[in-house]
Amino acid sequence: MSDTFVEVNKVYKSYWRDSIEIPVLHDINLNIAEGEFMALMGPSGSGKTTLLNLLAGIDRPSSGDLLVAGEQVGGLSEHDLARWRSRNIGFVFQFYNLMPVLNAFENVELPLLLTKLNKKERRKQVEAALSIVGLADRMKHYPNQLSGGQEQRVAIARAIVTDPNLILADEPTGDLDKQSAEDIMELLSRLNSEFNKTIIMVTHDPRAAEKARRTRHLDKGELTS
Amino acid sequence: MKVFKLISRNTTRHPLRSFLTVLGLAIAVMAFAVIRTTISAWYAGAQASSPNRLVVINRVSLVFTLPLADREKIEKVDGVTGISWAQWFGGIYVDPKNFFAQFAVDPGTYFKLYPEYIIPPDQMETFQKERNAVIVGRALADRFGWSVGDPIRLTGTIYPGNWDFVIRGIYTGAKEGTDESQFFMHFNYLDERMKQETPGRAGQVGSFIVRIADPSQAAQVSDRIDALFKNSLAETKTQTEEAFQLSFVAMAGTIVTGLRIISILVIAIILLVLANTMAMTARERISEYAVMKTLGFSPFHIVGLIFGESLFIAALGGTLGILITFPIAGLIKVAMGAFFPIFKIHPVTLAVGFVSALFVGLLAAIFPAVKAVRTSIVDGLRIID
Repeated sequence: MSDTFVEVNKVYKSYWRDSIEIPVLHDINLNIAEGEFMALMGPSGSGKTTLLNLLAGIDRPSSGDLLVAGEQVGGLSEHDLARWRSRNIGFVFQFYNLMPVLNAFENVELPLLLTKLNKKERRKQVEAALSIVGLADRMKHYPNQLSGGQEQRVAIARAIVTDPNLILADEPTGDLDKQSAEDIMELLSRLNSEFNKTIIMVTHDPRAAEKARRTRHLDKGELTS
Repeated sequence: MKVFKLISRNTTRHPLRSFLTVLGLAIAVMAFAVIRTTISAWYAGAQASSPNRLVVINRVSLVFTLPLADREKIEKVDGVTGISWAQWFGGIYVDPKNFFAQFAVDPGTYFKLYPEYIIPPDQMETFQKERNAVIVGRALADRFGWSVGDPIRLTGTIYPGNWDFVIRGIYTGAKEGTDESQFFMHFNYLDERMKQETPGRAGQVGSFIVRIADPSQAAQVSDRIDALFKNSLAETKTQTEEAFQLSFVAMAGTIVTGLRIISILVIAIILLVLANTMAMTARERISEYAVMKTLGFSPFHIVGLIFGESLFIAALGGTLGILITFPIAGLIKVAMGAFFPIFKIHPVTLAVGFVSALFVGLLAAIFPAVKAVRTSIVDGLRIID
């Protein structure tokens, strides 16, 4: 572990439904060191995913500061935020969210289209990412030709292909059977231990949380432990 | 993996929907092109008219005739350099459905006023010598498989009885828009028989065709001619050939206006068809666009994908529409050739149809693109936790 990589200071977030304000997060303070693997647990509606979205820069806090790798995420414009996400964040969704019309290789290649890498360099990185997740032999397979576990591994390869420092995973095992879930957790653990990726994972699953080095709990928008 | 690849694969994601949309666009583009071609065909006579020809008809109506004797007065009018005359015959060839234009003309003067009818000299010579000789257009000859020397019998409707002719010449058009579907007989052949059977109808012509030296003097020459016959039993109405042809279009003015409106409605319909498809497409892919935004794609990229897909479908539909326009127009030409002798698809019409399809493609993508851009990533992913 090293210095603070993610710093959350007095973050408050609420949503508006018509004229009613619905508070979701209350004065969240959280520091995450570089290379840490943290699980974020809590009941439905506790604000876990909202906090993850704020860290990913796909949503903005109502107040408070969010620093990721020294960057004030909340202060970036939409355009700069999109560019920042492409360089710094790898996002893993619960339902994989692969493009059904693209095969595994093309899905993983997608984020690299935003870089200046040429075709050869992109191929090299995609093959490396798919090798890490153990799907080098499934490059030409489309999502509907893969199992849920394999789809999630492709999604993880897509998340790491740009070599981001921070990986955010939203219930990565929530849609998987027990064995596939264990495989995915092994993979995330490996990314953390071998490649020193900082990982923040939202989960309901205590067994998945056990793989993390630290677990924090959210309840009704407040960090309780 | 390129963006166009993603666009093309997205297009074929729902093959039936895409096929029906492309087919709808194709039929609309074809309908637009055919309607516009039909409107152009209506104006073909006016477009092919000569500025130095005037047409003199009875002021009351085209169906009333003028005395042939008026010729002598008209040809002396200042500015007139040539005159001939024609009478609508209106006979039936074998079957009433075999309609084509038949005129009794003066063989010695008529074709001198129409240099756009190219007739081989030997055929013209024979035509002028034989009383029952006729000259027909190349398109008309091809339509019925006629050739020089063939005997033709027409059954008169305006001039009762059977009328036997022999084809002695086939003319071709000097210009692209020249009508090659007409049938010209000797006026004297008609007139002499009228003298025998119904003398009251002899010596009457439907119209005089007048050549003038200076097209800019058309109005003045017309006034001089009409002044000659003012308060006579057969007052005249003299007009340029173009105005004369347009008067036929004016008779069907409501139909032409209707066709113009329909051609615009066709474009509106394809807009609705494509807009509906694009709206469904964008709605289904909102979560995918949200994922792409999460990966770092900007709203510009998303807009590009939506517009690209819409334009791709529009281009496919436009291209297919152009391709099917030719056979459909060919069928219409066969069926309506007698009424529209010049039924030609102009490249500009096809270009307008294709560009309209692309324009519709752009319009159809606007609303879905705006919606996709405005939808936040969070809403797109439908995260409620």
